[in-house]
Amino acid sequence: MEISFASQILQYLVTGLSIGGIYGMVAIGFNIIYNATGIINFAQGEFVMLGGMIMVTLTAAMGLPVAAAFILTVAIVALIGGLLERAAIYPLRNAGVLTMIIVTIGGSIFIRGAAMLFWGKESYILPHFSGEKAIVLFGAALLPQTLWILGIMFVTVAALTLFFRFTLIGKAMRACAANRTAALLSGIEASRMVCLSFVLSAAVGAIAGIIITPISLVDYNRGFMLALKGFSAAVLGGLGNSGGAVAAGFILGILESLGAGLISSAYKDAISLVVLLVILFVRPSGLFGNREADRLKKF
Amino acid sequence: MKQFFKYIPLFIVVLLAALFPFMVGVKSYWITVFIFVGIYSIVTIGLSLLMGYAGQISLGHGAFFGIGAYTSGLLTTLANWNPWLAIVASLVLTCIIAALIGYPTLRLRGHYLAMATLAFGEIIVIVFTAEVDLTGGPSGFGGVPRLSLFGLSLKSDLVFYYFVWGLVSAVLLLAIHIIHSRVGRALQSIHGSENAANAMGVDAAKYKLQVFVLSAALAAFAGCLYAHYMTFVSPTACELKLSIMLVVMVAVGGMHSIWGALIGTILLTILPEFLGVFQDFDILVYGAILIIILLFSPDGLYGGVRQTVGFIKRLQRREAT
Repeated sequence: MEISFASQILQYLVTGLSIGGIYGMVAIGFNIIYNATGIINFAQGEFVMLGGMIMVTLTAAMGLPVAAAFILTVAIVALIGGLLERAAIYPLRNAGVLTMIIVTIGGSIFIRGAAMLFWGKESYILPHFSGEKAIVLFGAALLPQTLWILGIMFVTVAALTLFFRFTLIGKAMRACAANRTAALLSGIEASRMVCLSFVLSAAVGAIAGIIITPISLVDYNRGFMLALKGFSAAVLGGLGNSGGAVAAGFILGILESLGAGLISSAYKDAISLVVLLVILFVRPSGLFGNREADRLKKF
Repeated sequence: MKQFFKYIPLFIVVLLAALFPFMVGVKSYWITVFIFVGIYSIVTIGLSLLMGYAGQISLGHGAFFGIGAYTSGLLTTLANWNPWLAIVASLVLTCIIAALIGYPTLRLRGHYLAMATLAFGEIIVIVFTAEVDLTGGPSGFGGVPRLSLFGLSLKSDLVFYYFVWGLVSAVLLLAIHIIHSRVGRALQSIHGSENAANAMGVDAAKYKLQVFVLSAALAAFAGCLYAHYMTFVSPTACELKLSIMLVVMVAVGGMHSIWGALIGTILLTILPEFLGVFQDFDILVYGAILIIILLFSPDGLYGGVRQTVGFIKRLQRREAT
């Protein structure tokens, strides 16, 4: 049976949306820490990997129901994020941004090595949340997991938005991002906000890791490429801009899936990276970024 | 007199490097290990100029190393070029690529270079792995000729050892001159305050770009040496792990000093020999070492030692008075 070109394209779009949603969430993780500290956290991808790995262990090896394992996994990874900040970032807060970035590289390879020690080099997979029977839509197959990914992503983004807009802690974190000194003067404990940003960012990363594992395998080395693509989405959307990050994630996911299907699957992983290089050269403030606002930031 | 003092560490390095084969035995396995130390040192000295003096991280120096190894290896095996000509060609190619990446990113404030080089490095790995017909893909290709110099073959490990460490000494000399030159002073002023340096007429972006291109060329040169020593090139010569290792070497040794880079390179290159059962988990060990060293001495081992020495001197002075 010949599949029509239009439905083939639709299929790529659907695949691109689910993977793009993940990139967007990883990008949000980068943004939360970047806004609070001005550093790029190279261990961001490791949070995603840990989310997938711990979820596999809790459900497959310990037999927890999916919902309970989900919450427990996010809590554990959030705790690891907080520990990373307290152990490695906080003591170096006066040593400069360059040193802090290098220490996140150290954290990244340490977590990766620990994951290899703990889980070995094998790949793991999770069962789909609600069956693998695809819904056929105009000739394209839509996996129920795609709906789960998009749904959980939108809930996460909405919850984060509400948190940053309407809660006192969220407002305090935004105040720290806007002007650290002024925030300190108004009695906000900035170092706590930095710790909280790592906790939140790790939690978002873990959620992304859990929901992507049913459609793509997870192993100890999986985090790096996701982090790099998530960072591409963060820059494309304008570093620090979470709405932009989500849109950019979708753009990258769709480009990647179209490129893999129509051009070459060997170069699939290169597409987002080329987009990152091009955007850094042409418009470093990102598609949705504001040049004026960018000048005010240190990074 | 001050002019003379800056060369003292270099004399010590040259002396130790010259005597080393007689200390461990001229046929010792350690000669091979220290050939690799020398090759990586050429990269890390350049990288420490970039990190310690220009204040930028590159996570793509493994890729530049790979470009050197692959270009020189492919030109000598497929096109039968003279190895020295192939090395020159790969250096020119690397300088052009580095300038193309560095020019836009180093004009931005901040650490965009780290991510741009990371993305670039990964693209290089993907290309070298995907072009199976040309590069042999994941398994690589062999048959790269050994180097010879003025009719003298560098086949023996001992001869190649002296050749590599002669080059390391030359690179160190070059680095000392750069640090104590106009460019070096300009870079240090950028590190202090980029705004102030700009106000004094220092074109920060230009100097950063020069150092980045130089360090990339040194990495490619080391990659050429690697290819002609191993006579075999595979993607392990350019993968991300190498780029990260190089940054870890510089940071552990102390990124504000080329001597620190040398110390870090020696330590982390010989470390796997002592890891034993942990060898499979080397990245865990490297990560832990990096975090612990940065926590206790953000300026690395070399900076830590200098601080301790300074502290003891101050104590002695206090007791004397």
